Order: sequence, then structure tokens, then C-alpha cells
Amino acid sequence: MRLRRSRHHRISTNSQSDWLFVLPGLLLVALLGLPLLALIIHAIAPDFFANILSDSALAALQLSLITSGLSLVISLVTGTPLAYMLARWDFKGKAVLELLIDLPIVLPPSVAGLALLIAFGRQGIFGSLLTLIGISLPFSTAAVVIAQTFVSAPLYVRAARIGFAEIDPQLEEAAVVEGASNWQMFREVMLPLAGRALTSGAILTWTRALGEFGATILFAGNLEGVTQTMPLAIYLGLERSLGVAVALSVMLILISVLLLALVRKLDKSD
Amino acid sequence: MTKRLTMLFLTLALVLSACSAPTAAPASATVAPQTLTVFAAASLTSAFGEIGKAFEAANPGVTITFNFGGSQTLRTQIEQGAQADVFASANAKEMDALVTGTLVSTDAAKVFLTNQLVVILPAKNPAGLKTLADLSKPGLKLVLAAKEVPAGNYALQIIDKLDKSIGAGFKDKVLANVVSYENDVKQVVAKVQLGEADAGIVYVSDSVAAPELQKIDINAEDNVIAKYPIAALSKSSNPALAQAFIAYVLSEAGQATLKKWGFLPVK
Repeated sequence: MRLRRSRHHRISTNSQSDWLFVLPGLLLVALLGLPLLALIIHAIAPDFFANILSDSALAALQLSLITSGLSLVISLVTGTPLAYMLARWDFKGKAVLELLIDLPIVLPPSVAGLALLIAFGRQGIFGSLLTLIGISLPFSTAAVVIAQTFVSAPLYVRAARIGFAEIDPQLEEAAVVEGASNWQMFREVMLPLAGRALTSGAILTWTRALGEFGATILFAGNLEGVTQTMPLAIYLGLERSLGVAVALSVMLILISVLLLALVRKLDKSD
Repeated sequence: MTKRLTMLFLTLALVLSACSAPTAAPASATVAPQTLTVFAAASLTSAFGEIGKAFEAANPGVTITFNFGGSQTLRTQIEQGAQADVFASANAKEMDALVTGTLVSTDAAKVFLTNQLVVILPAKNPAGLKTLADLSKPGLKLVLAAKEVPAGNYALQIIDKLDKSIGAGFKDKVLANVVSYENDVKQVVAKVQLGEADAGIVYVSDSVAAPELQKIDINAEDNVIAKYPIAALSKSSNPALAQAFIAYVLSEAGQATLKKWGFLPVK
């Protein structure tokens, strides 16, 4: 445990005051941990597997994996070059751009959903142009992917930007001296060196996309097999039966734990 | 060291006092402040908002907190221990479930209004709908409440009835047009208001709250009469106030407000 490592820093204190750290800390741990524990306890019931293997649960799981996978690909393909530019180039308006990209991270998803609807809805400011060429985004699987990308891609850009920025500029200079083009340098120097940061950012982004709810229900609606992802099925499951909602929640928790553990492993193996 | 211990006790005292805060009322106030928590079906949002203000005005010191949502969600929240004093459901099923779970005492629930359903269209009616039969037009974007929500359940019952009177595979065609089953009836209204859906089936009261929308009436024999029950919860921390609120809802003034918002009063 980390606690042991810092022991030599506090030789002058006695152990009685440890409680000042342990007690408030435990309160928070209880707040964070007990609800999840309760879900798992509630889920342990004979009908757990029946709930998980129900048609609507499986349809939601499949849709969630497909849409979050697609939104991850979009984040990677568009976010990596963007993060690279933000980390290594200097240009006018960079600070404003960075702020804009970080904004969706802190925005409530309902704001994101409403903004998407007003922008890309059938009657939306830009969506009405799409309607002219026969494209209608709301209530489609594409809308789910857009909503997920909107809320999750900024996490990836952020992680990748930090990853690229941490690379020693001397390596960059050396590559330039060797006569490498911008693209060669990116592919053969930067990408491998930032690889770990990119991967851990990608996993976090995927987790966020998998859990996206508010923007999806507003922008994409709720239709089984088309726009009903796991978080939506959980919310609607509340209307149907608590058992299904709890079983799906536990499954989502398990997936998230696995992904987060993977991120930690990547971050630690420095 | 003593200082730290004092701080610790202070923190603890703070935490403990925060836990017991709701019972501590300031002694100096002339009217003891009271709060009433009302869980009500989403379709009641506007009407109960107004009734709540009138009730607060008539009872100084009383604050009403509303929690509006799908009746099923509210029922689940109450079953899971949410602190509520009054529950107003959009159907008998959720209320009955609470009676079975002894969260509402037997015979406590009273029907306080009835409601019917109507088809709503965006102000511009982009799909050019004129009759109920037009709901089966291919490519139409129809939004319903989820079948687990009373409004959605009623909508499906109506589609069943219309299927018999209109025929020609009406039901299958209409259900194929459904692009979203929203989690409560207000979301259906919102999607139509934004012009994202071509049509939605909602309560008459919802269409009254959104006068800019066009509508297609559903005749009496194909319509459904939704009965809304209201009851005080047996775990209410203020049963007297809960009863007073219910009495107000059933009073002439309360019923008049409900009528204004498109509900059919029971008296």
C-alpha cells in the first residue's frame, strides 16, 4: 500500500492523530462504496442470470458495445491529431480551443443532449440542412454514437495532449535534424512514446461512452435495439422491474472495474 | 493534540447534528415551518405546481416539495425508502402496489381526477396528418411513452382499439412508426414541441399545457379513461398536513385548477 511508503515523512507525529485522517476518509469511502455494494447484494438472486440474459438486456449490451466502440474509433482518429497539434504546435486561439474541448467534460449531459438536439435535430440549426439531403439524425443509432462522442472524446484529447506534451523536445529536435517529416516524426517517435498515455486515455473514453445516458436519451430517444443502450435500459428497467435494472447495473459496474483496472495497470507500469 | 481532538469532536458533532436537523425547528418562529413532500405523476407537473402555490399561500409556513416523474419510477423510489408524504399516481396499478407493500393503508387512496388521451402534432404539422388513420402512414416519426409508464400503456390500448375500428394492419404499421418510447409523458411532449417527432400520444392535460401544438382528438369509444389516485403514505412524517393537502386537491378550488389544466374533475 501507498500508505507505507510515506511513513518516514511523519516520524514526529504519534499514532493517535491518525484518526483525523482515517475517520473522514472512511466516511467518504463508505459513501462511495456502500451504494455499489448494495447493488451487488441486491443482484445476488436466483433470477440474476435470467435478467442478464433477457432479450432486451442482451440487445442493450450489444448496442452499447457497438456504439461505444464506434465512438471510440471516432475519438481516436480525430482526437489524436487534434491532441498532437495542441501539445506540439503554437497557434492563435489555442487556449480558447483547449477550453472549448474541455467543456463537455464538465457540462451536465442534459445540456449536451439539448445542445445536440437544437444543433443537429430535424428542426435544428444545422440539422435542418441535413434534412434537405435526406438525413435525419435524432432517434437513430448514429445519434447515439454522436452523443457518446460528444461527451467522451474530450477525455481522450485531454489525456493524449498531456501524453504528447510530456515527450522531451530534444527527441523532436533530433528527429528534425535527421530530416524526418512531420508525419514521420509523429508516427515513429511521438506515437510510440505517448502510447501508454493514449491507451489509458482511450480506455477512460470508452468507459465514459459506455456509461453515457443523459445526452443519449435526449438526442437519440429510446427504442430497443436502435437507441436503447445499457444505461437507458437500466433507467427504463426501473419502470419495468428493479431486478433487470440491478442486474444490468452490476454488469456495467463489472465492465467498468475491468477497464479501470486496466488503466491503473498501464499507468503504474512506468 | 487536545486541539486536534476538539476538532474531531466538533466534526462529529456537526455530522450528528446534520443527521437530526429536520426535527429541529426554530422556536422563535410564530408559525412552525413545515414541509410536505409530494411524489406526483409527470402529467401533473403544471397543475400541481399551481395547486402547490395556492396551498402554500393558504397555509403560511408550509413548503411543498414536488418530485414529478413516471409513476412507476416514483413507486420504486418510495418502495426503496424515499421519504414522501403524498403519492399521486397516473394509474391504479402503482398505487395498488404500494397498498400491497403496506406503504399506503388500505382504502386510503382516492381517485381525484380522470384524464383522456389525444394525439399531438408539431405546430407546423410537417407530416400533414389529419386523421387518426394517418398515424399508419409509412415513414412517420411517432413517439410514445414507454409501455411501462401509464401514458404509454394507455396509448397502446388505444392503438389496439383503433386497430379494430380502422383495420388494414393499422396496429403493426403504427408500431413500426414508433421511433422512441420515452421514459415519461412530458418527454413525448418535448420531442413533438421540438419538431423532432411528427406525432405523439399524450394526455389531454399535456396538450392543454402546450397550446401551440396541433391535435387530433380520439373519440370516446376508442379512448381510455385514466383514473388518478392520490393517498397519504403511511410513513409520512406529517400525516395531518398530508391529509390537508389531499383535501385541498379534492376541494372545489383544487378541482377547478385541475380542470383548467385539462383534467376531468371527479366532482
